[in-house]
Amino acid sequence: MRIEGAGLINRDKPIGFSFDGRPYQGFEGDTLASALLAHDIRLVGRSFKYHRPRGIMTAGSEEPNGLVTVGLEAGQEPNVRATTAELYEGLLARSQNRWPSLNWDLLSLNDLAAPFLGAGFYYKTFMWPRAFWERVYEPVIRRAAGLGALSGKPDNDRNERGFAHCDLLIIGAGPTGLMAAWMAAKSGADVIICEEDTRTGGRLNAETFEVGGKPGHQWARAITARLSAMDNVRVMTRTSVTGAYDQGTYGALERLAPDVAKRKGAPDEAFWRIVAKRSILAAGALERPIAFQNNDRPGIMMAGAVRAYINRWRVSPGRSVAVFGNNDGAHQTVADLQAAGVHVSALIDARHHASCDLEVPFFPGAMVCNAHGRKGLEAITIRQASGSEKIQADCLAISGGWNPTLHLSCHMGGRPEWNPDVQAFLPVEGMVPGMRAAGACRGKFSTRACLEDGAQTARNVLEDLGIRPARVVIPKAGDNAFDISPLWAVPGRGRAWVDFQNDVTVKDIKQAATENFRSVEHMKRYTTQGMAPDQGKNSNVVALAVLAEATGQGIPETGTTTFRPPFVPVPIATMGAGGSGKGFAPQRYMTSHKASVARGAPMIEVGLWYRPSYFPLKGETTWRQSCDREVNMVRQAVGVADVSTLGKIDIQGKDAGAFLDFVYTNNFSTLKTGRVRYGLMLREDGHVMDDGTTARLGDRHYLLTTTTAAAGDVMRHLEFAHQCLQPQMDVRMISVTEQWAQFAVAGPKARDLLNDLLNEPVGDESWPFMSCGEVAIGGVQARLFRISFSGEQGYELAVPARFGNSLFRVLLDRAEAMGGGPYGMEALNILRIEKGFITHAEIDGRVTAFDLGMGRMVSAKKDCIGKAASMRPGLMDEARGQLIGLKPVGAVKELTAGAHLFAEGDEAVRVNSQGYISSAGFSPTLGHFMGMGFLQRGRARHGEVVRMVDHLRELQALCEVIDPVLFDPEGGRVRG
Amino acid sequence: MVDLIAISPLEGLLPLSIGTVTLSEDDPGVMTGIAAYKGKEKALSTALKKAHGMAAPGPNRALGKAGARAIWFGHGMILLQGPKADKALMRHAALTDQSDGWAVVRLSGAEARDVLARLTPIDLRESVFKRGHTARTELAHMMASITRTGAQSWQIMVFQSFAKTLVHDLRRAMERVAARKV
Amino acid sequence: MRLICPNCGERDVREFYYAGFAAALDRPAEDAGVEVWDDYLHNRDNPAGEARDLWYHESGCSAWVVVRRDTASHAVLAAELACDVKAGGA
Repeated sequence: MRIEGAGLINRDKPIGFSFDGRPYQGFEGDTLASALLAHDIRLVGRSFKYHRPRGIMTAGSEEPNGLVTVGLEAGQEPNVRATTAELYEGLLARSQNRWPSLNWDLLSLNDLAAPFLGAGFYYKTFMWPRAFWERVYEPVIRRAAGLGALSGKPDNDRNERGFAHCDLLIIGAGPTGLMAAWMAAKSGADVIICEEDTRTGGRLNAETFEVGGKPGHQWARAITARLSAMDNVRVMTRTSVTGAYDQGTYGALERLAPDVAKRKGAPDEAFWRIVAKRSILAAGALERPIAFQNNDRPGIMMAGAVRAYINRWRVSPGRSVAVFGNNDGAHQTVADLQAAGVHVSALIDARHHASCDLEVPFFPGAMVCNAHGRKGLEAITIRQASGSEKIQADCLAISGGWNPTLHLSCHMGGRPEWNPDVQAFLPVEGMVPGMRAAGACRGKFSTRACLEDGAQTARNVLEDLGIRPARVVIPKAGDNAFDISPLWAVPGRGRAWVDFQNDVTVKDIKQAATENFRSVEHMKRYTTQGMAPDQGKNSNVVALAVLAEATGQGIPETGTTTFRPPFVPVPIATMGAGGSGKGFAPQRYMTSHKASVARGAPMIEVGLWYRPSYFPLKGETTWRQSCDREVNMVRQAVGVADVSTLGKIDIQGKDAGAFLDFVYTNNFSTLKTGRVRYGLMLREDGHVMDDGTTARLGDRHYLLTTTTAAAGDVMRHLEFAHQCLQPQMDVRMISVTEQWAQFAVAGPKARDLLNDLLNEPVGDESWPFMSCGEVAIGGVQARLFRISFSGEQGYELAVPARFGNSLFRVLLDRAEAMGGGPYGMEALNILRIEKGFITHAEIDGRVTAFDLGMGRMVSAKKDCIGKAASMRPGLMDEARGQLIGLKPVGAVKELTAGAHLFAEGDEAVRVNSQGYISSAGFSPTLGHFMGMGFLQRGRARHGEVVRMVDHLRELQALCEVIDPVLFDPEGGRVRG
Repeated sequence: MVDLIAISPLEGLLPLSIGTVTLSEDDPGVMTGIAAYKGKEKALSTALKKAHGMAAPGPNRALGKAGARAIWFGHGMILLQGPKADKALMRHAALTDQSDGWAVVRLSGAEARDVLARLTPIDLRESVFKRGHTARTELAHMMASITRTGAQSWQIMVFQSFAKTLVHDLRRAMERVAARKV
Repeated sequence: MRLICPNCGERDVREFYYAGFAAALDRPAEDAGVEVWDDYLHNRDNPAGEARDLWYHESGCSAWVVVRRDTASHAVLAAELACDVKAGGA
């Protein structure tokens, strides 16, 4: 129920929202949890395994129970914590893990079967029959036990990611973090301060404490305003630091304010990668529950959360509240409730020595041992030396002490240490290099201590950074000593919950210990304690204390499980923001792209590049029709293809020739200026890496080309060969792939076409096969290479990229006037298979020069990369697959790439495979299908008939082994 | 006589203004990759100073101004923007024409840095990346050269084939940044 | 994770390409024999502690870098240009 008083909500701004289809109203400043509690909605969810009714338990991101699904369709987000979900107009929230409704959930029958569903139940029960696990058990269990679900729709792409850098990252903007930020910022450090909550202040927003003589939240607001106004400070609210990584890198999830997120083009979440020289973990502490029978009833909450709802949101979670604790926080809770006019029915303090000056029924040395009321708390039973007593209460506030929020300090594998004074684990210096913990996060539990520790820790960090600390005044604040008597679980019968999110009880943990899962890591996995979205934020320390008791070890010996990133769940869509659609990978377009698309060419991806597959003409209905025509066109007239995607590397220097001799198997220092040579490049392990032509443009100047796919790899390889192996060589290289637009002009009429275009005609004699040089087209200087990948009279003409589009159009106009035109990747592929030219379909990383029949290209006169390894006997074994050509000779006329080759009579099974087809296609020139592939001892088997079997396409064909060069083996056409 | 027409890779894509940030095409003129030969770094710097008024910039630095700028362009590499590289430089360095290889844009405005921070992992803070500083880095998966040319302006270069993706990614970031401002 | 490029300073690891141990710098002579070549190509230590790696600043300045780092703590201890290492060591 909402109570009188200002709090930190804006009653002038009512906000409408719905929960499970019913409309409600809250105020600006509310969370979904505070707004639901204001309407006395105590039942908000069903538990994971037993489907027990559950209510809001906390007021922060550690919430184990209040998980809801928010939004619809692509915007649907499951497992949103109601305690951190900021209320906005029109918010649609639904409860989870219930059917048909939250109030009447059929699977709550699981709760009756609980005696059979304890720890290890799944492991013991669903073992047999084995095949049932995947098909029956797992689907059924997943449906029964679970959390919310995604919509199944594509992400709505309303997120972003970014990078930030600072001297000091402060995690948490409570009194500690704010004081540290103030100190560091005043001293001139670049500061980023991240706060999960919508506002800074931390516990100051939830308590009635004063700082510097004014309410704590006012102090926080004032100092935050001053920080925000400074150029060297970035205050990031609604931002959870989710992980600590190597070298001061942190992940942070930012939820944008609802009014910002709803704007056009705005993200609703952002994932930041923050790089900080130093960090201060000022994440505060999380209150821990005490286990007792039925301690999961809706209405049972953490005491600190009750104070937060009362003081900050002016909501009382009950009309008659009982308070149970083992430290002074319980007393503060009673005081705050009473000040707000809420009836307190009992204060149960487990400490025997406790005294109380409040007017309330007080039970020192007592414990709550049971809770009553299934869908909402109605009463509690307490036990003291004099006996048991039942007390009416619709809300019970519990405090079992505080656990420092040290999770991030453990993300790099460090282990925290147990501190008996505060009965909690504390971070140890150096667990994350560059990170220091401060304030409540390292066991300083009074406001004054937090302020002092924040300032002092910042001072230490500034010294590390070599920045002189400024003078700052630490404001006055309360400094009460922390007094706690440990209490983890109230002894007694029945089920006492430890992990609310995973339905793990005291009994489960004891059973794990009994069955010898005594290590904390084994207990965790056996019981599932500490898993799921909350990662055991509430339950870990209680669980291991129970385990410690069961095994007879101490808590320090028992230790904690490992905290790993992320601290709060991070939607994958946010972590990968911008990575869908066009953002997945950059797109590279050739200068001819628009012209090709305008001609209806389907574009296919080749690495990041887009290249035309074929150029359909009117009346052509299949790609084969277009491809066959384009092949014939090149063989009979002239074709034009954009080959700009091939890698081009400019190599200069007095050792350029020697360098090329080192990276290629064959010689380039002997190449004459104005000539081009084909080169084969090996990896150091002796296998072929890439091939291509290299032109000698000048005495000390070469232009090397790579295949499209390997351009980046080859550049890296060449830089390696130079920087790491031959740095003494005077050679310089730079990619010029993008500088030049390059077009293949091929066919019997290629020269005619060029001579119609170039300022000076080229002759067959003056520009023989494998020559190169400069030419001019109008006022544009161009490069011409007489090379051919089609076996026809062929040239490649390169112009500066800005002229590429224009040249492509001109070339097509001229070609079409001569009965030619553009050809695409399909035709290019057929043309080269006809000629037996290899691509990466052949040089797939497992193939040697010897396999290709190019063994003689590995020069005996010099060393080169890959030479020594290529000479290993195993890589020159005749039994290896050797490059061959294939043509069908049986009834089936089709050949397919990927098919395996078998001796005609052999069964088509793996062990009998003698090779495979690497490339195949229909040759319009030859009038039949053709293939290239690798066959054991293939070079000696020309004329033999083998059987091709394609198990995927269910195709078999008999084919004859032939030379890979199927067309014009003498090469007369290329020189014509 | 054939008259080829020059077309920029950014043709039809720019300019673009969203919020406080403007993205426009930059035409730096002739661009030449200059890589000093072994032991010729000092001689090159002297020759560069003599021919074009700027010494060779050290790593991560750019010298000169719009119209004539020398940018450190990677390991052992300088990019001269503006004037055609003097032939005298060829004695000391490998020169390579790069004029057509790059899409060059200018990102400017009060929140230009916030836009960049969504796309590149480098530290763009005022105190770290000042005017005249340059970096070879990655911008949304593309190899890029980023140079701070003014208090609120940056020159960004990626391979020309990436022009469309560059504009797409920058536009998206500009929209995100603008939407956050009231 | 962040690495140091001797040219560019500290940079995010995403800018680098990893190429294994710096043993790759010590390429044997052509006729060093099968065992030496086998060792060079295939055999590597797997230290829990200090290691010398080769990284290529691929989307940065294109330098090959020898990085000394601790594989257990992930600390990056030092970085040198591979060409300087070769020149100094040769």
